[in-house]
Amino acid sequence: MTDAAVFRARGIGKSYPGVRANDDVSFAVDPGEIHALLGENGAGKSTLVKMIYGLVRPDDGHMELNGQPHQPTDPRAARAAGVAMVFQHFSLFDALTVAENIALGMENPPPQRALSARIAQVSQDFGLPLNPARRVVTLSAGERQRVEIIRCLLQNPRLLIMDEPTSVLTPQEAELLFATLRKLADGGTAILYISHKLEEIRTHCDRATILRGGRVVDSCDPRAHSARTLAAMMVGGEMRAIDRSGRQAGEVLLQVRALTQAAPTAEGTALKGVTLTLRAGEILGIGGVAGNGQDELLAALSGEIRGASGTILLEGADLSRLGPEARRAAGLLAAPEDRLGHAAVPDFSLADNTLLTAGARKGLVRKGLIDHPAARAFAADIIRAFDVRTPGSGTAAKALSGGNLQKFVIGREVMQAPRVLVVNQPTWGVDAGAASAVRQSLLDLARQGAGVIVISQDLDELLELSDRFCALNEGRLSDPVPTAGLSLDQIGLMLGGAHGMEVAHL
Amino acid sequence: MIRLVPRSEAAPLLQIATPVLAVLATMIAGGILFAIMGYDPVAAIRTIFWDPLFGPAAGYSRPQLLVKAAPLILIASGLAVGFRAGIWNIGAEGQYIIGAICGAAVALAAYPAPEMWIFPAMVVAGAAGGWAWGMIPALLRNRFGASEILVSLMLVYVAQRIAAWMAFGPMRNPEGFGMPGSRNLQQYPAAANPELIPGTGAHWGVVAAALAVLATWFLMSRHIRGFHIRAAGLAPRAARFAGVKPETLVAFCLGLSSALAGMAGLFEVAGPAGQITDTVGVGYGFTAIIVAFLGRLHPVGILLAGLLLALTYIGGELAQLTLNLPAATVQVFQGMLLFFLLGFDLLTRFRIARRITA
Repeated sequence: MTDAAVFRARGIGKSYPGVRANDDVSFAVDPGEIHALLGENGAGKSTLVKMIYGLVRPDDGHMELNGQPHQPTDPRAARAAGVAMVFQHFSLFDALTVAENIALGMENPPPQRALSARIAQVSQDFGLPLNPARRVVTLSAGERQRVEIIRCLLQNPRLLIMDEPTSVLTPQEAELLFATLRKLADGGTAILYISHKLEEIRTHCDRATILRGGRVVDSCDPRAHSARTLAAMMVGGEMRAIDRSGRQAGEVLLQVRALTQAAPTAEGTALKGVTLTLRAGEILGIGGVAGNGQDELLAALSGEIRGASGTILLEGADLSRLGPEARRAAGLLAAPEDRLGHAAVPDFSLADNTLLTAGARKGLVRKGLIDHPAARAFAADIIRAFDVRTPGSGTAAKALSGGNLQKFVIGREVMQAPRVLVVNQPTWGVDAGAASAVRQSLLDLARQGAGVIVISQDLDELLELSDRFCALNEGRLSDPVPTAGLSLDQIGLMLGGAHGMEVAHL
Repeated sequence: MIRLVPRSEAAPLLQIATPVLAVLATMIAGGILFAIMGYDPVAAIRTIFWDPLFGPAAGYSRPQLLVKAAPLILIASGLAVGFRAGIWNIGAEGQYIIGAICGAAVALAAYPAPEMWIFPAMVVAGAAGGWAWGMIPALLRNRFGASEILVSLMLVYVAQRIAAWMAFGPMRNPEGFGMPGSRNLQQYPAAANPELIPGTGAHWGVVAAALAVLATWFLMSRHIRGFHIRAAGLAPRAARFAGVKPETLVAFCLGLSSALAGMAGLFEVAGPAGQITDTVGVGYGFTAIIVAFLGRLHPVGILLAGLLLALTYIGGELAQLTLNLPAATVQVFQGMLLFFLLGFDLLTRFRIARRITA
């Protein structure tokens, strides 16, 4: 229908050894359209945009940009043809200013003064507050993303690709971003927007192409569907509703009192007077933008970093000075964010990985001696109970997909019947089906009388799971508020609002 | 342009095949080298790898196999434990020398007492001396973050100077007519480390090496400490999450490997070497590094690799005697072996790709 399409893909296919990443993918993006590319992890979204941006070459099919064949051999050719891309991970130099960073990414940068003026102009036109003279190290994640976006806008792209841009933003910053994207679209730019967040796609996108298993399964107007239907299309089946029933807050299990500790590394965040109370049967959600002390808080609770005495008490017993093994023995368990390399040893089998945390509580290690058959049996139990898709307990952890390994890691802790479980980003990068299984297991654990702390950047997840919510901002923990009736706006303000919004009005 | 591209999956069979390939490549490259030097390559290779075991003089050289292999295996067993954790003790040679000196000191102080406790006390002193020498890099790393690689290596040269001082000074044999070197412990029955079964070469060091192989195998496969060591080498953060204190691990691994190295030094000085001289360190501590890697850091592999490297020592000496090959032959062989091993190892993890650059 639309020969005016900015970008068109016909029958794109791409294979990697053992995987058909894309198969017969066809879709078109019109000028002025915000087009969502929706799919679970591993559905082929990344491969597809990498081909458009010239990072990977398709095996079959062909692409068109502005009616011309589009066969970029590298990102530079793609940029020259009018494609720009903002990645999930930024490539900025901390020590340089905004303007210097932008100049570095340009083929022929104009003189500093002229460039700064253009940056100021673009940032005003599109409502992206940014001061060209500031050093990147002082910027928030949202501001860093604006640097990347402005770098793209200076090229006057015909097609702008955004890869999961809101995962690092507060809700206010996300709103600001969508306002900018809408302005851009109104100016005729086509925008390809990659995400698996259904709500933001429903609110802000004009069209959605849904990928599953490397193929286009549907193309629709996301505003005409409920999040539930979209999720069903994405997963290819009905989503199981989360069951929050049957829990009531009991006695106090965990108390953290004025926990203060210096940043463990130069890039780390110091914890400043963190205080919280957790009751039996309760789930406490801790939100915050990445890098505000989440990793440090988990390390302080797991025992990887020991605190001053009297700061961490489990059922009245002071655990502050104890290491991870003693804390686990007492019933305080944790599951870190990074599955490969922190929560699990990538090269170890799943059976061996049970020994990392379950040695004492499951009797896998007695008097220092490893009971290998017991470890294999426990791994098999986890695999069965948590539906981990793997050939068996002898499989290396690194051979599992992210979602399956996450189910295993959470299962390993949950099946040790902890008194308190602390998890960081329990469903990060995990497909929708596995995410809902993980969340349900945390709720079930709380129903059985354990206390659960969920540290997450996914606000929908926090609202879905937690009874009370607090925000972690620059190492400080806010007072908890009941989650019932809390709006995303209020949460956003608790997280520190949109950084630097006032700068634009200079 | 040639570049290395990571392989997606390393074949487990290659893990075992690379040491064998490295040995074969060393034989071939060594043969070519001998041919260029004007020797008969086949005869040279046969003299080094075959004759010590089955040649006409094998009756003399066969027992030497255990004599040479024992210190290599004893030291390498300890080193491999640390290497698995990413803790690199390169200074086993120094710990070997200090162990020899401390063990000999006990004997020389007790001389000429005939008591039974003397030899066991020497073994303990040797292990303790090596351990203490290894604690220096451990403390410096834990306290100041100093590289244990550099510190342990540098301490080898300090240990060598101490050995020379001992041989010329405090430990010099008062009945030695002013010659450097201590009393010969082989002639002091309570302190001697004799051949236990005649004709085998087996002395107490061989027994200790066998026990070390068994003990490190048990540690690494059955004990949670060994599990933590492996975890720390593969994923340090995961090990810390499990409850491992990196400082404890550094002290344990350096302590174990240097105590075993010190013990190896003692067995050598009380047995085959007999006395403290300024050249008490003969390079076992360095060769043991090759043994550890050639044996894939696995106790059984180390056992085999130790025997093979011992063979190159004996064969090299034999080749010097019978073919007039230069004395450096052994080092060249050992060097080539490590070179080929590391090279083949690289190729099991990477493949070579050619790329035409525009």
